[in-house]
Amino acid sequence: MPSISTPQIKLLERLCNAVAVTGDEGEVRRIVLEELKGLTDEVRLDALGNILAVRRGTGDKRLRVMLSAHMDEVGFMLVADEGAGLFRFETIGGIDVRQLPGKAVLVGREHVPGVIGARPIHLTTADERKQKIPLDALRIDVGPGTSTVKPGDRGTFATRFQRSGPAVISKALDNRLGVATLIELLKHPPAGVDLLAAFTVQEEIGMRGAKVAAYALNPEIGIALDSTPANDLPAWDGRENATYNTKLGLGPAIYTADGGTMSDPRLIRWLTGTGDALHISYQLRQPGGGGTDAASIHRTRSGVPSVTVSMPHRYTHSARSIARLDDWKNGLALLTEALARLSPELLASERA
Amino acid sequence: MTDLVPFLKNLISAPGLSGYEDPAARIIEEEWRPLVHEVSRSRLGSLHGLRHGTGQVPRPSVMVAAHMDAIGLMVSGITEGFLRLTEIGGVDARVLPGSPVSVFASGSGQTKVLPGVVAQPAAPLLPPEEKDGPVALEHLFVDTGLPPRQVIELVRVGDLVSFAQPPVELSGETLSGHSLDNRASVAALTVCLEELQARPHIWDVWAVATSQEETGLLGASSSAFELRPTLALVLDVTWAKGPGADEWSTFPLGKGPTIAMGPNMHPALHKAMKELADRLEIPYALEFSPRHSGTDAWATQVAAEGIPTLVLGIPLRYMHTPVELVALKDIRRAGRLLAEFIAGLEPDFIEKVVWDDEANA
Repeated sequence: MPSISTPQIKLLERLCNAVAVTGDEGEVRRIVLEELKGLTDEVRLDALGNILAVRRGTGDKRLRVMLSAHMDEVGFMLVADEGAGLFRFETIGGIDVRQLPGKAVLVGREHVPGVIGARPIHLTTADERKQKIPLDALRIDVGPGTSTVKPGDRGTFATRFQRSGPAVISKALDNRLGVATLIELLKHPPAGVDLLAAFTVQEEIGMRGAKVAAYALNPEIGIALDSTPANDLPAWDGRENATYNTKLGLGPAIYTADGGTMSDPRLIRWLTGTGDALHISYQLRQPGGGGTDAASIHRTRSGVPSVTVSMPHRYTHSARSIARLDDWKNGLALLTEALARLSPELLASERA
Repeated sequence: MTDLVPFLKNLISAPGLSGYEDPAARIIEEEWRPLVHEVSRSRLGSLHGLRHGTGQVPRPSVMVAAHMDAIGLMVSGITEGFLRLTEIGGVDARVLPGSPVSVFASGSGQTKVLPGVVAQPAAPLLPPEEKDGPVALEHLFVDTGLPPRQVIELVRVGDLVSFAQPPVELSGETLSGHSLDNRASVAALTVCLEELQARPHIWDVWAVATSQEETGLLGASSSAFELRPTLALVLDVTWAKGPGADEWSTFPLGKGPTIAMGPNMHPALHKAMKELADRLEIPYALEFSPRHSGTDAWATQVAAEGIPTLVLGIPLRYMHTPVELVALKDIRRAGRLLAEFIAGLEPDFIEKVVWDDEANA
């Protein structure tokens, strides 16, 4: 029975501290392949760099279930060398430009340290401070000495994973939480199901890895494991926050509908039924907006009933996100128990 | 002296917000004890280190001041477990979202240091102009990740919040981190004291790590009055050229300290320092300071009956952000220039610190 304790947290820490920006996922790919040794019947890489792994179950009439967790994180690409260690850069994936000034970064395969600075406050005017600092005014500064850094290098925030009581503070909780969860599920796989695990690439620029992974794996059911924003802070004027999306501490979030997928109602019932029967905390993500690998999976071939389960985190796509370990524990428990009680009858049942 | 880099990294990792400088003062005191003859604290928390000169009593004295306080934040309220913030010193809120901080939580009787993140709420939770524009400090929070009931037990209004960005060494012998304004200058002053171990000097030297510069120059005014030095040299960081900073008031990183001129500086001191740097072939730039120097010198110069004052600047990129950047060479050069100046002070040097009119009278 899987649990979240020190080894799992150490794995999450290793995954979060690794640098794997969209299109350059190698560092996480290597960690995953190492973790998967001995756990699968088949494992291969495809043309985009996805890891496709199969762990077959036992018994008759096994459902082919694809579980997908994207390996990439948002970050930067350096695009011009302005000399003396200063580089222009572009963002990869949706990063709010207001999250960039005053941050430490890592650049390239060698994790060269750099900083994104800002104009000193003393030199600014009040009017200037009413405008956000645009991307083209920002530079990555690696210092004026020699370094291996060059245009084309990817980079991301230099945040190191840390604990804060029941919480973790880290970069890339989206989606190393999903990756860590999928690894744990492969370590304790459900007996009656063929588990088709896809550690995908390029989710942050349009769920592209999942598209080809789903085609290759040809599943009957698709489940995306991701991490979704908890916008559960107070409103500036004290009004009720009615657009929280999810909340920290209420457990894994089951999607009903997001910007890319209408979750299959039978899969929603399957998950909520498991949670209710076994008293595992879960929440329903507010419908609308966003998208996960499920958007690509459910459109594959003649269609694949799909759903997403995400661990909530605050401050998405920034240097520091926050998640609660209990939510992750409940997410792993929910998925483990649900997969254990999954049978082909589910797909024969009525949708609504 | 401990090597410069470990000392400076250790110093900027200690909190020491304006008015609460003790943690930084303790580190500086420990470093200065072997380098000075007496150590004391002022009534407002400044650290004084005295090196006796060799001259006949009564000896003239030179005060060398570098402020040790740093800007930061303070808890102004707690809402649903999130901490509301106000600033200590000048903070541009645009550099805050996503920054790591340490909360010095005093609510349980014993101060606990809690890691935290500066949180920018999602757009629907912000006023119209902040949905896509910069979010004002009053609408940002610190999130410790702890549940609300735990936060209320641990944190109180008035608790300090300091930046927690770890120091990072970058290429070209540079160091990035918070509080290099003005701990880089404290380090340069320490280099000066170290060099003076091997250079006899006639004048008394008061090394002063001042408090509360960022919030009103109070350490400078009180220490200058208490010590009443013959001359004062103030070390502060100045703006380095870099992204978003290319004005006449900015100086190249790694090309030496600046020597300032203007109403806040005595021209005779400026001339003497400049000529010394030329003689020693220490690179420097002239800094033009038309009005308020923005440093402890503004208060020092008008203490009691007035004190001839000079400002030396250490160029610093990204001032008042968590990733300020300094060239280590500039720190060493400033320290050395100061030591040579002090070692070269003759007993009657003050007679030369006059105005043209006086000389001709």
